[in-house]
Amino acid sequence: MTVIQPYLILSAVLFIIGTAGVVARRNAIIVFMSIELMLNSVNLTLVAFSAQLGDVTGQMLVFFVMTVAAAEAAIGLAIIIALFRRKQTLNLDEINILKW
Amino acid sequence: MTLPSIMFYALAVFAVLSALLVVTRRNPVMSALYLIVNFFCLAGLYLTLHAQFIAVIQILVYAGAIMVLFVFVIMLLNLGDERRLSEGISWKKIVAVGLCFALLLEIVYILLFAEASPGAMDIAKATEIGTVEYIGSQLFTKFLFPFEVTSVILTAAIVGAIVLAKRRLD
Repeated sequence: MTVIQPYLILSAVLFIIGTAGVVARRNAIIVFMSIELMLNSVNLTLVAFSAQLGDVTGQMLVFFVMTVAAAEAAIGLAIIIALFRRKQTLNLDEINILKW
Repeated sequence: MTLPSIMFYALAVFAVLSALLVVTRRNPVMSALYLIVNFFCLAGLYLTLHAQFIAVIQILVYAGAIMVLFVFVIMLLNLGDERRLSEGISWKKIVAVGLCFALLLEIVYILLFAEASPGAMDIAKATEIGTVEYIGSQLFTKFLFPFEVTSVILTAAIVGAIVLAKRRLD
């Protein structure tokens, strides 16, 4: 039992909740928020290991993950707006024009 | 039980509860508000790990900037009629959530029975590397190239967001 083990288990729980949201929900915005949950749980793992090992690289990676998450949120929400304008819906089952 | 572990378990319970509420609420506005609660809990957890800078950035960037963007888009799309989204329970969803739960059991099993990693946390060292001074000095020396690359990524994201969300490109 190490000091950061509870953090890692909490992180796993949050990640799985996010995954369940992605696979079970059909509302595009809620799926998107579940992805943010998953990113955050990974950040928690990185910070926990960074503190345990006394190495700042983990926290640097969290910094860059947050930057990419900000870019991803901007692009993803722009895609959602464009989709909504075209189809008048956010139901992911109805957004299937790329399906064969 | 010491104070840090009480803090940890309280924040952990709130984080898990708010995460569950995010994925189960029918109304996206409620989901967004619970996601903000989740971000604040995570910021508190970062503080219990002595990562001050990451905790502040978590609140500023996630709870501040990204969630404002989410709430703004939800309001912009004016999602009044939720019933058109067929969110019924089907066998596919039950199987999917069951598989997620199996994955959780696997991860927890690995974490509980893995070989123990080296010793206790060095709190003085952890506190030192969490400060703004230390992270800033590392960011502008050792991690300068990735830092500059993120500026390119953010510029591309701004241009991409405008191109995608604009009605017509004249």
